[in-house]
Amino acid sequence: MDFDLNEEQRLLKESIDGLLTDSYDFEQRKKYMKEKGGWSKTVWLKLAEQGLLGLPFAEADGGFGGGGVETMIVMEALGKALVLEPYLATVVIGGGFLRHAGTDAQKAAHVPGIVDGSKTLAFAQLEKNSRYDLFDVTTTAKKKGDSWVIDGEKFVVLNGENADTLVVTARTKGDRRDKTGIGVFLVPANAKGVAKKSYPTQDGLHAADITFTGVEIGPDAVLGNPEDSLALIERVVDEARIALCAEAVGLMDESLKTTVEYIKTRKQFGVAIGSFQSLQHRASDMFVAAEQARSMSMFATMAGDFENAQERSNAVAAAKVQIGKSLKFVGQQAIQLHGGIGMTMEAKIGHYFKRLTMIENSFGDTDYHQRRVADAGGLN
Amino acid sequence: MDLAFTKEEQAFREEVRSFFRDNVPPDTRRKLVEGRHLSKDEMVTWWRILNKKGWGVSHWPKQYGGTGWTSVQHYIFNEELQSYPAPQPLAFGVSMVGPVIYTFGNEEQKKQYLPRIANVDDWWCQGFSEPGSGSDLASLKTKAERKGDKWIINGQKTWTTLAQHADMIFCLCRTDNNAKKQMGISFIVFSMKSKGVTVRPIQTIDGGVEVNEVFFDDVEVPYENLIGEENKGWDYAKFLLGNERTGIARVGVSKERIRRIKDLASKVESGGKPIIQDAAFREKLAACEIELKALELTQLRVVADEGKHGKGKPNPASSVLKIKGSEIQQTTTELLMEVIGPFAAPYDVHGDDGSNEAMDWTAQIAPSYFNNRKVSIYGGSNEIQRNIIAKAVLGL
Repeated sequence: MDFDLNEEQRLLKESIDGLLTDSYDFEQRKKYMKEKGGWSKTVWLKLAEQGLLGLPFAEADGGFGGGGVETMIVMEALGKALVLEPYLATVVIGGGFLRHAGTDAQKAAHVPGIVDGSKTLAFAQLEKNSRYDLFDVTTTAKKKGDSWVIDGEKFVVLNGENADTLVVTARTKGDRRDKTGIGVFLVPANAKGVAKKSYPTQDGLHAADITFTGVEIGPDAVLGNPEDSLALIERVVDEARIALCAEAVGLMDESLKTTVEYIKTRKQFGVAIGSFQSLQHRASDMFVAAEQARSMSMFATMAGDFENAQERSNAVAAAKVQIGKSLKFVGQQAIQLHGGIGMTMEAKIGHYFKRLTMIENSFGDTDYHQRRVADAGGLN
Repeated sequence: MDLAFTKEEQAFREEVRSFFRDNVPPDTRRKLVEGRHLSKDEMVTWWRILNKKGWGVSHWPKQYGGTGWTSVQHYIFNEELQSYPAPQPLAFGVSMVGPVIYTFGNEEQKKQYLPRIANVDDWWCQGFSEPGSGSDLASLKTKAERKGDKWIINGQKTWTTLAQHADMIFCLCRTDNNAKKQMGISFIVFSMKSKGVTVRPIQTIDGGVEVNEVFFDDVEVPYENLIGEENKGWDYAKFLLGNERTGIARVGVSKERIRRIKDLASKVESGGKPIIQDAAFREKLAACEIELKALELTQLRVVADEGKHGKGKPNPASSVLKIKGSEIQQTTTELLMEVIGPFAAPYDVHGDDGSNEAMDWTAQIAPSYFNNRKVSIYGGSNEIQRNIIAKAVLGL
């Protein structure tokens, strides 16, 4: 057992931390938000240059063969800097589908563009009434000769506005909540019949509601088994949850650091407010919450490699519960300890709080995952 | 980063587990599962079995009888011991005074005390807290005056755990009234059988007698019972308290208790079906298990860090262990209370000596719940722990 990073992982951490220190302070971030699509193409290409966009792909596919720990390092760093760029949507989720289910031809068609930063992806999964159940799918994919025709509506598709390719979950047979009959399709964003309504999200990212009306795609668009891909979807979404846990740890670290710095300098009654015991204890509890979250983020990262899917899912669910509880406490108290200034758009802390809050509501919240763990009979 | 235990570590776990299976007296185990108190005899019997195996003082240096295990092995041993469950070694001897003696004591003292600690020939108790000195320990008043080749000790200690069984006490005494309060304290050991020592039991809210008041009235102690240097006792006390950083989380204890909760909750009915099938209860239990898993990982991080970088600089995460560990222990006792519901009420006055065990399996659950309120108070209250995090970790 070893919790330390190896030499290569340390270098990776140094390199991404260095890059973000140089090009991602809070003022720079504000500028990136105003660029087309709401994030910086320049930063994205820098990430590509450092090999970060190709990190999890196999070397044979043009990547760098990184594993779960490498993704954890990157996501923590992205969280710490409150990065807007679509790493989760493109590399973790889109890339995950390609890595686990892509044919050689599909990988050849999509991976190089991801690795060099020229193409981004988005995951069109959420539906009006599906909430967090991945198997609750009404969007349909119907066979038409060799092709497939997709009809349905997907919501809050992160990076949906900018993505070149949409990874779409759709039902090929059965009823709305059947666990079989679900497929995954690679749909070009500019295909005929794709209509997007884009908007900014609460945390400064961009998403789109997307309607598919008779969208016809070829057989090369099918990822995996079109009639039985729930296990694939669960696996990739678990990887997304693991990545979100790591991002949240980075966000919490920075929130705590910023808050502690603030209460050390903010003076009231002639002294730094950090000298008051009630505030010290609150900050200590934030530290405890952040450390427990870090432990579970590591646990989730390790669980990503579990052979048994049920054990993996259960462990990831447990991690998401701990992260959810911790992020709520750390986020809310960070605002409280900042006082009035924490309520302003101008201060950085509120933006961390908002991103943390959106993570809680992504891919299953605390209650949802706690119920999953409970239904599985606990953690043993 | 590799969070899996190695093959060797897994084999070690098996070895430890099977030793417990073959050697812990079944009745001792049952009493622990049911939350009953053990007799002195039951505890000492087990500790001597452990010592015979060479595991009585596992974390001591090899030359004093330790095992030379890695920090991960110690972790595994403790976790298995707690979750089997078997009685943990007597902390006052093995974890507290032992390390002080082999680190600061002279050769004579090492020879005299260490083997007897390992075999529990002497039962040790801790003379730290006083009626006026709880969290502010350095304000203690118990006085040791030098008179020729003797100390004359006067004063009072309190919360002295299991002093009723004790043969020896290690005691913080004020030996210089003029120095700054931390600077005038010495670390002195002596026999509880000395003339002038009086032990008065304190009954705690669970009805048990675990702690005592101890009075010293002109107790005469040989001068050579001073450990280390005069007036350096505070340093030794800090060393002693800093030694037990990872055991305090008691992950194994909570794991064992969660097994018991699941076991009872699948038998006790609520609404015509086992309470384990009640969604609200099950989610509360899952929440507790998840917290415990996070704590276990935090503890492993600290253990792995100590193994790699030595114990010199504590991992910041170690301060989490006491707070979370105690909170989770308390939650598990709350959940047990919830499981048994109205059957928490009967008060089993004879439970501990086994004379009325037919009374049943629920008898110790409420007392255990009451008793476990102590875990967020002792060993530096959780509020003190938060002070420590604020100052030492966050720099506030």
